[in-house]
Amino acid sequence: MDPFFLEALVNGILLGGVFALPALGLNLVFGVVDVVWLCYAELVMVGMYTVWFLYTQAGWPLGLAFAACLPAIAVLGLLLHLIVVRPLLSSPPINQVLATGGVLFFLQGAATLVFSTDFRSLGVDMPPMEVGEVFVSGTKLAAFIAALVGAGILWAFLKFTYVGTAIRAIARDREVMPLMGVDPQKIYLIASAVGGALAGLAACLLVVQLDVHPFVGLSFGPITFMICVMGGLGNMLGGFLAAFLMGLIISVGGFWGTTEFSYVVAFAFFIIVMFLRPKGLFAR
Amino acid sequence: MNGLALPAALFAALAAVPLLSLPDYVMHLLITMLLTALAGTGWAMMGRFGLVSFGHGAFLGAGAYTMAILWNELGLTPWLGIPIGVAVAILAGVLLAYPAFKLRVVGHYFALVTLAAGEIVRILIVALREHTGGSLGMTPAKAPEGGAFLAMQFDKAGFWWVALIAWAGGLLAWRMLDRSMASKALAAISEDEDAAASIGIKVTAEKLKVTVISVTLAALAGALTAQYRQYLNPESLAGLGISLQIVFGAIAGGMYVPLGPTIGAAITIGLEEGLRIGFGTELTGAAPLVYGLLLVLFMLYLPRGIAGLFERRAKTPATAKRAPGEATA
Repeated sequence: MDPFFLEALVNGILLGGVFALPALGLNLVFGVVDVVWLCYAELVMVGMYTVWFLYTQAGWPLGLAFAACLPAIAVLGLLLHLIVVRPLLSSPPINQVLATGGVLFFLQGAATLVFSTDFRSLGVDMPPMEVGEVFVSGTKLAAFIAALVGAGILWAFLKFTYVGTAIRAIARDREVMPLMGVDPQKIYLIASAVGGALAGLAACLLVVQLDVHPFVGLSFGPITFMICVMGGLGNMLGGFLAAFLMGLIISVGGFWGTTEFSYVVAFAFFIIVMFLRPKGLFAR
Repeated sequence: MNGLALPAALFAALAAVPLLSLPDYVMHLLITMLLTALAGTGWAMMGRFGLVSFGHGAFLGAGAYTMAILWNELGLTPWLGIPIGVAVAILAGVLLAYPAFKLRVVGHYFALVTLAAGEIVRILIVALREHTGGSLGMTPAKAPEGGAFLAMQFDKAGFWWVALIAWAGGLLAWRMLDRSMASKALAAISEDEDAAASIGIKVTAEKLKVTVISVTLAALAGALTAQYRQYLNPESLAGLGISLQIVFGAIAGGMYVPLGPTIGAAITIGLEEGLRIGFGTELTGAAPLVYGLLLVLFMLYLPRGIAGLFERRAKTPATAKRAPGEATA
């Protein structure tokens, strides 16, 4: 096979790993709380700034900055739920989406005020590795592995812990679970915090690959939503697989045409999927 | 036709505004407000029936870029370019909306499909940089001596009148829709699609009708804005940012009342300029910050917008009794 094509395939899978984490977080929150966080990519943006600030400005070691980013964004997710989402739980879904859209603007504005619109770079890079005939970026590979590990931990948490079981049960049937003694409000809080932590983890992986600026969320936010919807909103496994599909489409599309062309193809693919399988690619 | 006396008088009064010889800056704000209001009115046409689009920016862009490219490359006057641009936008809108309605993509899903479509248009504008100037934007060619009218390059007063007519046209369309059976049908559809279909309402056709009206107004607003600014760029005429701003304006003003989006436009433009003057350009980030805060506060405390405050006293139209988007599956 053409090594460049092979490289495009590998890069597509690596890119999918990057999309997978925010898609998982978004799906978790949607599946449990039934609210779309339109500002999810902006939570990731705040996380990227957190890591950048702690590492380059405060002089923390990178590992510590990463470790601090997760709880910080988890708290942000909690606040988002308590301040904005909880009062709107009984409102029409579109009002909820618009309110989180307001948070999107708010966070962008806040980041512009605090950090200005300059592009900030972490300045960390790992040398590319040669695997057979293919060059793989070390940072991308590390991010990919971290994303898989993060997804694995999330899966184990949902599968084997008591709280995780309650979360899955609430996502399955939110009317019956309160009767079984599960307090949905508490579960919503936990899911929001976990969703936030996943955004924090995604931020750690993205900040080594992308420069941070207040509008960086717009570059991967829309595609994250499309991935979630394509996989079936709330369907975590579907979203996870869709992330890799989208990554491959963009990477391989870029191999045959320009990057812009590949995004057009990816978005058009999304629209067609919506028309043909509105409940998601992997709906039964 | 007694009901038209007041609007007609108001229109005449507004048409006389250039006679006051206001400072250029004030005229600029007023014109921008009218054009923003037109886009918001277009969006609210669909939004108030639960068809929440996050991609209306794309229609501004389709109208504006079609017009500008026809003028720059073929020398076709915007007087014809704008109708063609609107037609292109309608075509794009129907191409997207028909399958979406037919296959019953509603609620969140509809919002996200339109979001994707809006992004596609933005990326296409950037990618076709040989014609559109890409992210740097483009300027319509300057009109030759004596050709300003044909090129639609007026002074402030001229643009005020053009914008005023377009805006009034938008309100007229709103009024006509409200008085037709279509608005009752759409209200029924947004309440419950299956029930509406069961009593013989052609769901897809009714939705398409309102989509075409909505897209027309948005594309017109886009083309006129580009023509007024004499500058087009993808960020301000397509994509998620501008689409959400349109939504914000319409929601803040109130999308169930004809003048709601206009109030919203006055708020957004006033806010933007107020912050710019109050804080200077170094605090540019403050504008989205305040926008966002207001959007959240509106959703929490005033989901029906400013105009919603006055609704209790006014005669509530049938469509206004419910909040948006309840038809979501």
